[in-house]
Order: sequence, then C-alpha cells, then structure tokens
Amino acid sequence: MEQQNPSDVNRRSFLIKLTSVVGGAGVAAACVPLVSSMNPSSDVLAKATVEVDLSGIPVGGMHTIAWQGKPVFVLHRSPEEIAASASTNGVIDPEPDAKRAIKPEWLIVLGICTHMGCVPNKEGPGWVCHCHGSQYDDSGRVVHGPAPRNLEVPPYHFLSDTKLIIGKA
Amino acid sequence: MANNIMNWIDKRFPATEFIKHSLTEYPTPKNLSYWWNFGSLAGIVLLLQLITGIFLAMHYKADVELSFNSIQHIMRDVNYGWLLRYMHATGASAFFFVIFTHMARTLYYGSYRAPRELLWWTGQGLLLLLMATAFMGYLLPWGQMSFWGATVITNLFKAIPFVGDSIVTLLRGDFTVGDPTLTRFFALHYLMPFVIVGAVLIHLVALHTVKSSNPTGLELPAKDNIPFHPYFTIKDLFGLGVFLIFYSVFVFFIPTSLMEAANNIPANPMVTPNHIVPEWYFLPFYAILRSVPSLVGGVVAMGLSVVIFAFLPFLDRSRIPGGARYRPVYKAQFYVFMTVTIVLGCVGYRPPTSAAIAIVGQIATVMYFGSFLLLPFISKMEERWLIKRGLPAIVMALINEEAAEIEKHKQKKNQRNGVKS
Repeated sequence: MEQQNPSDVNRRSFLIKLTSVVGGAGVAAACVPLVSSMNPSSDVLAKATVEVDLSGIPVGGMHTIAWQGKPVFVLHRSPEEIAASASTNGVIDPEPDAKRAIKPEWLIVLGICTHMGCVPNKEGPGWVCHCHGSQYDDSGRVVHGPAPRNLEVPPYHFLSDTKLIIGKA
Repeated sequence: MANNIMNWIDKRFPATEFIKHSLTEYPTPKNLSYWWNFGSLAGIVLLLQLITGIFLAMHYKADVELSFNSIQHIMRDVNYGWLLRYMHATGASAFFFVIFTHMARTLYYGSYRAPRELLWWTGQGLLLLLMATAFMGYLLPWGQMSFWGATVITNLFKAIPFVGDSIVTLLRGDFTVGDPTLTRFFALHYLMPFVIVGAVLIHLVALHTVKSSNPTGLELPAKDNIPFHPYFTIKDLFGLGVFLIFYSVFVFFIPTSLMEAANNIPANPMVTPNHIVPEWYFLPFYAILRSVPSLVGGVVAMGLSVVIFAFLPFLDRSRIPGGARYRPVYKAQFYVFMTVTIVLGCVGYRPPTSAAIAIVGQIATVMYFGSFLLLPFISKMEERWLIKRGLPAIVMALINEEAAEIEKHKQKKNQRNGVKS
C-alpha cells in the first residue's frame, strides 16, 4: 500500500467541499426558472391601464372599475362629503384628504380591503368590509380595524374633465 | 404451487416477512376501544378521495372561463358525475371529521407522549398537508366562496415582513386570484394526495416501530397483545361499515348540507359576498384569526393554533403515564379544550359585526392557547396531588421504576466525572 500523503487528504476534502458548493449553486440556479414561472406572465403584466368615462357618474354616485383584475372605486363626492373628509386626518393610518385625491370631487381608491383583500361595500358614509368588519370613511381611510392601512390610491391622471386613466400617474 | 411462487418471491423481495411484520403478527393491544378505529378509517377515506378525485379530474376543466360550467357538466351530463362529486365533497368533510376524532383520541389518552413523539409529529405534517389540499380543492368549482376563500387565505402571506406582497403575487401568479391561480391550484390539488400517501407510509413506519398506544396509557406486556389480523382487520371493517352508513346518508340524502349556497354563484372579483365563511373544518382557526385585532398578530395566532399541537410532548410534564385514564385534571382539561374549540367554531361561523360575539371569540382564543401553555404547570401540580392522594400500585411502580432509572443514570455520570477528576 502506498503511503497517504497528508496533502492528498487536504486536497480531497477541499475538492469535496468545492464540488458540493458548485452542485448546490447549480441546484439553486435550476430552481430560478421554476419559481419565476409562477410569477405573473407577460400577458398578465400587460393589463396595465384602463380608461374611465366620468360623465355618467352622478354626484354621490360610485362606479367600480376593473383594473388589472382588481376593483377600483371611483366616487363622485358631494361638497358635504368633501368637507367631512377634509375635516379629519383619519385615526389608524392618518393621512390628509388632499393627499388622497387629485381633484377633491373625485376619490379613486383600490376596492381591496387592506386586511384580507375582500371588496368593501359602500354603506352610509364610506365603506364596510363584511369579511372581518373593517370600516373606511369617504376618503378611503380606515376608521375601524382590523384593517391596518387606508385603501390604496392607484396611480391615475385626468385626460380631461370627464376622462380618467388608471394605472399611470 | 402457490408456496413455490411465494418462495421464489421471498428470495428476491421480503413479501411474507412484510405481511407477517405489519399484519398477521403485528402485535396490537387487546384493550383498544373503538376510538382506535379512526386511523385506518382515515386511510380508507384517503383512498376514497383519491379514486373519486381521479375520475372527477377526467371531466373537470381548470380555466376561469370553463371551470364553473364544467362542474355543472359533471353534475348534469356525466354518468354518475353527481355521485362522484358529492362523494368527493362529502369525503373532504368526512376526512376532517375522522382526522379530528383521531387527534382527539390522541389527546385524551395522551398517545402523543414518549415514545410516540415522532408518530405525533408525522401526523401533524399530515394534518398540514390535508389542510393545504382541502383549501386548494375548494377553489376549483370557481364559485364566490371558492374565490373569496382563496383570496383571503393567499392574502395571509402579506403578513410576512418585506417580501409579503411579492409572495402573494408569486403564489397567485396574478395581481388577484385569477386564471394562473386556478390552474396551479388544480395541479397541486392533484399532486398533494400522492405526497400524503408517502407521508402516511412514514406515519405507519413510525407506528409499527413504537406500536399502538392503548386506553390505559401503560405499555402492555407481550401477553396482552394480539395479532392485528384477524382481530383488528375485522374490527376496522365493522367500524368502516358504521362510517359508511353515515357517509351515505350525507352523500345520498343531504349532499348540500355542508356546502355554502353562495358557491353556486360564479366567482366575481368585483363583489365580495356579505358573509364569507370557510368550510366547517377551518372555522375554529378562522375564529382565532379574526379574534386578534391586528393583521400580523391574527395570522401568527392562527398558524400557531395549528402548529402548537406539536409541542404537546414537551408541554405535558407529568410522570404519570398516559392521558385521562389516571389523570382526572388532565381529563377535565381535555373537555374544556374540546368545548373551547367548538365555541370557536360557532364564533367563526357568525358574521364579525357583533361586539359580543367578538368578545366570546377573544376569551375562547385565550383559553385555547391557555390549554397548551398552562399544561406544564397543571400537569406537574396534578402529579404531586395524585401521588399524595395515592395511585394504583401498577402506576406507582412505573413511576418509581422511572425514578430509579434516572437515579442510576445520575450515579453513573457522577462516577465517570469522579474518575476524570
């Protein structure tokens, strides 16, 4: 039997470690396309913007628009509703009303409860989520939990007085 | 001839040995009650779900445009499609009923205690797999309840810090629950049962290593064991007959009693039904989710309410073997826990708008977790009280034996340490 050279042992253990790391990295790299395939595909990402005609929404009325498959509330607020919304900053997630609406008479918010993602119902002033009892005011701000945050304001801009683009600021 | 064939096989594969080890000579305590039927019953329900599911999949279409109608097609046009679907839907409820009973028996008799911890944990893994499979299957009919149930549950992952939102999108493959979600849930709902079959085999290997527990909670001497076959094969078959009577009543007479009417409305991402409830078997956990007044807290509490069972072998610190048989306080605790769980189930079914119901839910949630977290202290106090009051000689002998064993270990250790120093 040939004598084992101590440097051979070191070399062997080094090679085992090295090949293990390379093999592990290879497996991890092979997982990237698998996981990535589960993320939204190009056609899903393409549903980016939607145009809304505002002329048909009366004062006090609300339309629900589908944007990226999500409901968006477009609320035509009356002067009283605007005044009520401007008078407070909200309690759970304080934010001034002026920051939440480009034009005070139009409130545009995502109709997705920030708690578990149900669609709140328009009830009285504001919205009530029937899944777990969260309540929002006419600025879409949460006034009663369990929802942790205000209804999200999507990016949008006005093309004219009666035309709105949701999905692009 | 048959002998020759068996010999030929046995030289190449341990068939006879396997049958002997796990069936004809598998030693089973002779004092098992009918509560021990639910393990094998769960196996049979799994088989029933696999078979009906595979045949349903031959007619089902996993596409948001087609899936709701394909269910109607199965119900109206496919030969015996109604039977397959009602068997599968009822089977899901039956599966949870059997598994919950199986778990309740384990709790009552303390079957999770040493040396059966791994058996208990593999069972826990099976429960999680079963829950995931049931949840994904419920999306497939693409009704309103399906859609909003999946929306709420996938949203739970938002509670993960920093990456929560991206994980929710990754799980759904879309910004909302949509076509990619439905298709992947179908793929996974078809895959999971086979993973469950694998996990069941691991559960059985663990069982056949530590053997069945029994109502006394004591380890029986060999003379008190009888072979599994024919004594328990016949007992399990009888239990299966009783089970099938109740199962058939549901399938043939009240198949929609456990279904939500709102699920007969096709999924609509723009409108949430006023009252969304999960299937009955998720209600207690759902009530815990709602009882904690914060998103992350609720999600953590709900997760914990399922996983906390795994800690039981560490939480129960009594030296008195087994469960309720020799431990009256433990028995009382068991019934309190069952009552609390049922109360939580009722709370979970009610709309969340009533303040009184919410408070009942919060008290029940505290008691649910209290049942686990106080167990170390209660079990220790109960042990001291019972030893003072006097226990049957056989139990005392076991406790003393164990104490002597520990003492011997300590002495050996001390001796070793003494030699060293």
